[in-house]
Amino acid sequence: MSGNRHEPPRRRDTAALVIAAGLVVVGAVMLWDSARLADLGGYSGIGPASVPRVVGFALIGLAAWTAIEALRGDFPQRPPQNALPILWIIAGLALQLMLLHAAGFSIATGILFAFTARAFGKRNLAMTIPIGIVFAFVVWAIFSQLLMLHLPAGPLEHLVFPRG
Amino acid sequence: MSAFEFLMQGLGTAADPMMLLYALIGVTLGTAVGVLPGIGPALTVALLLPVTYRLDPAGSLIMFAGIYYGGMYGGSTTSILLNTPGESASIITALEGNKMARKGRGGPALATAAIGSFIAGLIATLLLAFLAPSIVKLALVFGPREYFALMVLAFVTVSAAFGDSALRGLTSLFLGLALACVGIDQLTGQARLSFGMPELLDGIEVTTMAVAMFALGEALYIAGQRVQVDDEVTAVKGSVWMSRRDWARSWKPWLRGTAIGFPIGAMPAGGAEIGTFLSYATEKKLTKHPEEFGNGAIEGVAGPEAANNASAAGTLVPLLTLGLPTSATAAIMLAGFQQFGLQPGPLLFATNPTLVWGLIASLLIANAMLLVLNLPLIGLWVKLLTVPKPWLYAGILLFATLGTIGANPSAFELGMLLAFGVLGYVMRLFGYPIAPIVVGLILGPMAEQQLRRALSISQGDWTTLVQSPIAAVLLGIAALALIVPLILRARGKGEMLSQLAGEED
Repeated sequence: MSGNRHEPPRRRDTAALVIAAGLVVVGAVMLWDSARLADLGGYSGIGPASVPRVVGFALIGLAAWTAIEALRGDFPQRPPQNALPILWIIAGLALQLMLLHAAGFSIATGILFAFTARAFGKRNLAMTIPIGIVFAFVVWAIFSQLLMLHLPAGPLEHLVFPRG
Repeated sequence: MSAFEFLMQGLGTAADPMMLLYALIGVTLGTAVGVLPGIGPALTVALLLPVTYRLDPAGSLIMFAGIYYGGMYGGSTTSILLNTPGESASIITALEGNKMARKGRGGPALATAAIGSFIAGLIATLLLAFLAPSIVKLALVFGPREYFALMVLAFVTVSAAFGDSALRGLTSLFLGLALACVGIDQLTGQARLSFGMPELLDGIEVTTMAVAMFALGEALYIAGQRVQVDDEVTAVKGSVWMSRRDWARSWKPWLRGTAIGFPIGAMPAGGAEIGTFLSYATEKKLTKHPEEFGNGAIEGVAGPEAANNASAAGTLVPLLTLGLPTSATAAIMLAGFQQFGLQPGPLLFATNPTLVWGLIASLLIANAMLLVLNLPLIGLWVKLLTVPKPWLYAGILLFATLGTIGANPSAFELGMLLAFGVLGYVMRLFGYPIAPIVVGLILGPMAEQQLRRALSISQGDWTTLVQSPIAAVLLGIAALALIVPLILRARGKGEMLSQLAGEED
């Protein structure tokens, strides 16, 4: 997904070659893992390693096919993409993941909310983070108190619902 | 007991006030997600799976089915008023429907879509009720090899038969099958592809993967688009009621759309889109007003809308009777059954008839609710279309992570969500279809189990797979569905196939 996307068609497609390489890796991992399984085929003659092996070989075959299409430039043109909004969303998800247990659901998810809004054009984080935290807190209260879902509680949640 | 008596009994179950409430929540949510562009019924059911852990199984399943039906109704509203289909089964509706709305005939377009959906939903649900018992009888003679053949057929049609590239369809399918291998082997208890991580022993969580693929992948893709399309909502002018002439021109397309959509939904061919394309083509051929096609012909809205609802009901036939999902939404619903320890299929009709027939009967009720929600209350849904994108997607991501955190509040699970979200984005960017990877993950373990059972019975003799006539025919069709499109594409006739591409719903 990187590199120059305004190439004329019918040229070597590097990104697609990277995909082909990735498929080879996944296929190879499947073959490597299935090799260490004891093959308890029993009556059927096929054991736990058989299906992963077939899928592994199939993925390597598909990788070869992908590489051929990539070299011939048969992959469809990709729409131009902006990297920045995508990174904002990924950063939001990563922060939520890291903060979830320390800061609780509302704060962690509020940050995700604000970062996503920023990716779509609401740039003022000073406004969107508080909105996100309040919204996430309302959602937390409904789902954890009424629907009995286990959602991690942090300082904010303990403040309002001392028994969490 | 006959199907009729079972259905009456089911209506008794479904008329319980709690069940009615679940159905109402389902159809309301379904209409909302159908209306909102970018989220479809498959995603919504996936989001709700963890939330419904503690709820009543029958009620939850009724709610899921309501979401599925509601999504089919709601999608038409977006197509007609915004020219952006709310979900993939409404792409065709946008062709004529939006033209009608621009001419100030948005009201009749919405009405013919809603009434057509109602009639198609009614007929198709009754067909489901009366066909199900005979298919169940047939399915009782199915052994492992027939089930295996059926699943192979589903794999091929979902991944390779339609869409613009067999390569990308198959790659997506095999990635799903690879992910399906992760975890403890069901027959021998050996850990596969778990790399010593205990979190992986239970396998990849279907809901995590589906939510990541549909919600995160889509959000990243839309966020990255350099050209932000600003859609304008066409206001509904005048009456929503149809004139005498509109009725006269609509009723035949409704019935034809139902007749086309139902069997296509019931076949393992992946999704409701195909029926809508065929219905549109039929109406275009049969119309007495060919000059109106492309400029807002009411037949072009009535037929496809009936077809997409009929095929939604059609998909429930193989799902309930065989346990075989033929669309992404049906696949997620299967995961919903499994969450409650229920395995849809012929046995469920014997062991839990109250639940199955309650579910079928509640579809009739949901259908009637949807007619009310979509005609007099249409103004409400139109307002939904004006929610600004930043808030919409921020909310979608909030609920997407809520579902995963609710099921398993671990950093590992959220990490998987993020990883699959990025995978979903890359797949979208490079034109890989999403449905095959989800279907592969869900059906993969079932297909493997049936294959190994079949071969255990035959003591390792592979010819057993084609010795039963049913299995041989199914595998034959699967082979044709793989080879014929390859030849068509090689001869440069692939355009038609890519137009029939199945998308995520």
